[in-house]
Amino acid sequence: MEQGPLSGIKVLEFAQLVAGPFCAKLMADLGAEVIKVEPCNEGDEARKRGPFLNDSPHPERSGLFLYNNTNKLGITLNINSQEGRKIFKELVKQADVLIEDNPPSRMEELGLDYPSLKEENPGLVMTSITPFGHTGPYRDYKAYPLNVFHSGAEGYVTPGGSTFPDRPPLKIGKYVGEYESAISATGATLIAVYFQMASGLGQHIDFSKQEALMMLCPWEISRLANKGYLVTRFTRGFRFAGVLPCKDGYIELCPYKDDEWDRLVGLMGNPDWAKDDALKAHAVREKRASELKSNIGQWSIQFTKNEIYHKAQAKHCPIAPYYRLDEVANCPQLKARSFFVEIEHAQTGSLKYPSSPYKFSRTLLNARQAAPLLGEHNEKIYCGRLGYSSQELVKLRAAGII
Amino acid sequence: MEALAGIKVVDFSWGIAGPVTAEKLAEMGAEVIKVESKTYVDPNRLSRDPMTGEYSGVNQVESFNSANLCKLGVTLNLKNAEALELAKKLIERADVMIESAPAGVMERLGLGYETVKEINPGIVMLSTSGHGHEGPEAHYVGYAPLFTASAGVGEMTGYFDSTPAEIRESVDYVSALHAIVGLMAALIHRKKTGEGQHIDLSSREVMVGTVGDSLMDYFMNGRVQTRHGNEDEVMSPHNCYRCKGNDSWVSIAVSKDSEWAALCKAMGNPELEKRFSDAYSRWTNRELIDKLVESWTVNYTDYEVMDTLQKVGIAAVPSFNGQELLSDPHLKERGAFQVVEHPEAGARLIMSPPWRLSLTPPTISHDAPLLGEHNRYVFGQLLGLSQETIDKLIEEKAIY
Repeated sequence: MEQGPLSGIKVLEFAQLVAGPFCAKLMADLGAEVIKVEPCNEGDEARKRGPFLNDSPHPERSGLFLYNNTNKLGITLNINSQEGRKIFKELVKQADVLIEDNPPSRMEELGLDYPSLKEENPGLVMTSITPFGHTGPYRDYKAYPLNVFHSGAEGYVTPGGSTFPDRPPLKIGKYVGEYESAISATGATLIAVYFQMASGLGQHIDFSKQEALMMLCPWEISRLANKGYLVTRFTRGFRFAGVLPCKDGYIELCPYKDDEWDRLVGLMGNPDWAKDDALKAHAVREKRASELKSNIGQWSIQFTKNEIYHKAQAKHCPIAPYYRLDEVANCPQLKARSFFVEIEHAQTGSLKYPSSPYKFSRTLLNARQAAPLLGEHNEKIYCGRLGYSSQELVKLRAAGII
Repeated sequence: MEALAGIKVVDFSWGIAGPVTAEKLAEMGAEVIKVESKTYVDPNRLSRDPMTGEYSGVNQVESFNSANLCKLGVTLNLKNAEALELAKKLIERADVMIESAPAGVMERLGLGYETVKEINPGIVMLSTSGHGHEGPEAHYVGYAPLFTASAGVGEMTGYFDSTPAEIRESVDYVSALHAIVGLMAALIHRKKTGEGQHIDLSSREVMVGTVGDSLMDYFMNGRVQTRHGNEDEVMSPHNCYRCKGNDSWVSIAVSKDSEWAALCKAMGNPELEKRFSDAYSRWTNRELIDKLVESWTVNYTDYEVMDTLQKVGIAAVPSFNGQELLSDPHLKERGAFQVVEHPEAGARLIMSPPWRLSLTPPTISHDAPLLGEHNRYVFGQLLGLSQETIDKLIEEKAIY
């Protein structure tokens, strides 16, 4: 069988919900061996969150958990017991990477902070993913995904082009900020892994989700310092086009360049209102934004999303449909790239999943193994890797350690 | 120490997603040579200020400079045969090549992967585009707001009774970060085997991945999730609440009964706790609860609400704007901002790279290159061309 590019890299994950698990999942999907450590009895908090298959809550049928934990091995461990912590350190000794998302003070209390784990394994790359990082006055502040997203600047400017001064700033999607943080953390971690392979040296990554999200819109912040104005959700967004209505929903239109405007005018069939020579200048189009937006909207409303999308793109006019998730799931482009893959799971049967956003010419990397059942690989890891006998495993189980 | 010292990157990309990929590698110690041409400058250098509409010239565009820190900049007119040869020399000595042209363009320039791997079989080449290089929409224009719309993320964002939301440059940055995941995985594979390869990344698929759990609802139950403002499916309060001041907001999220009790106490309204003592009653009455919470927050600044509530274990964080972030004490202590000196734009404030690796922290060596700034260094020092040859190539508009 062909192996992923990260085959041979051993990752230990001690994280829950979205950001930490998705970071480890990206590595697992690329071929790394990921051992996910879950608390005994209840497991990862995500197992309690929907969506559930057939809307019937069950820890092995949570779509949130299944999506974020493909290709991993799963074990249970009671980290609050002394024996549990000892076992955790044994696991750390065998790992190249540790991904964890616990509050900084919690890892210190457990004696599992970086200085302690470095003694067990000097080559370890440890990535700590927290809302505000391990230093600074907010390091122990509590933040759920909503708070994390709004701490990072993009919330304040969302939705761009808002016409509702009385309404609050918004998050993007559901957990988008968590996934974005995870992608960033994975990039940083793999750079440290590369350095580890070259030098044998491990290190700690103090990963702040807030800073990771700020990094995604650096100019929204720096423009105040460098240009002297503050971007808000009322001033952000494409002014004379942007979100426009059509028969069955909305499209996005963003003609940044003059030639794109010309193509749009052609696409609309050269309407009289667009024959005004003044409109050839971008600045004038910006100034007359509301008039233009209304005129373009009267044209776009006559068509469906897909009619306008394919017709426009054939002329290189920058238009795209606002697809609902069922349209995304059935989109021919994503199908052509085999983006959705079927994965078999003991409790849910075969389900479709989104996979990786890249094709590698030499190595294969589609998700193929479903998320682990709670404690599914206890015997494989504890007996096979750490050398416990089956009898000892029974005792550890009875003592509530695994 | 630098994590990527010795790695050489040749960056043919433009816009944001490709350039930022290369920039992050440069911050970690890689040598990045950005190839542009006066016949086709990076369009980001031509961006107008989105607010004022003003254009500040090729070397002073904020969005360009912020996406191209720490790079060496050269100009090569790739339609000139001699320039193409120089480009191939840069490819020959590189470990990584990055490009973001629409499918087929690099092939037409004579720099497609088939040619590249003949020049340098061990190279890792990244092609980053809106839709990937295969499939019926491979040639479609892929600006950030477009591929985010067709990825379903726009439809999942906004007020329930209004339009989907246009999402902008941040998603180009996310694509860049996902590209780094792919690139580093390929470099790790190369370290083990010596094999190079081509990576074809679709930004749209990156964004579909960020609504993956909502898509699972469709695959499992046929349900199509949509936008609901700041709402959560089980938590309430779970919203942004107006505070004292101009357009100032604080996000508050409550998951546990104990947090709810602490919030009611902090608001001086302990009776409220019993009225909505379980998560379900709070969620079904979320509109009323939002009103009650806001009638309290509106009397304080967003920072006052955060300070008061965090002290009693409640997740409250302002919806920070740029101004607040720039002066925030936490970010100050973490050194989240720094000043970089640009030869034309002068001192510029930028975000410090947020990847805090204890042993190999990222560093900003210099601001983005002026157009063609490092032509003499790269072609003279790195490729060993004589001054006369360089002069001649400049005159012939090969280096141009």
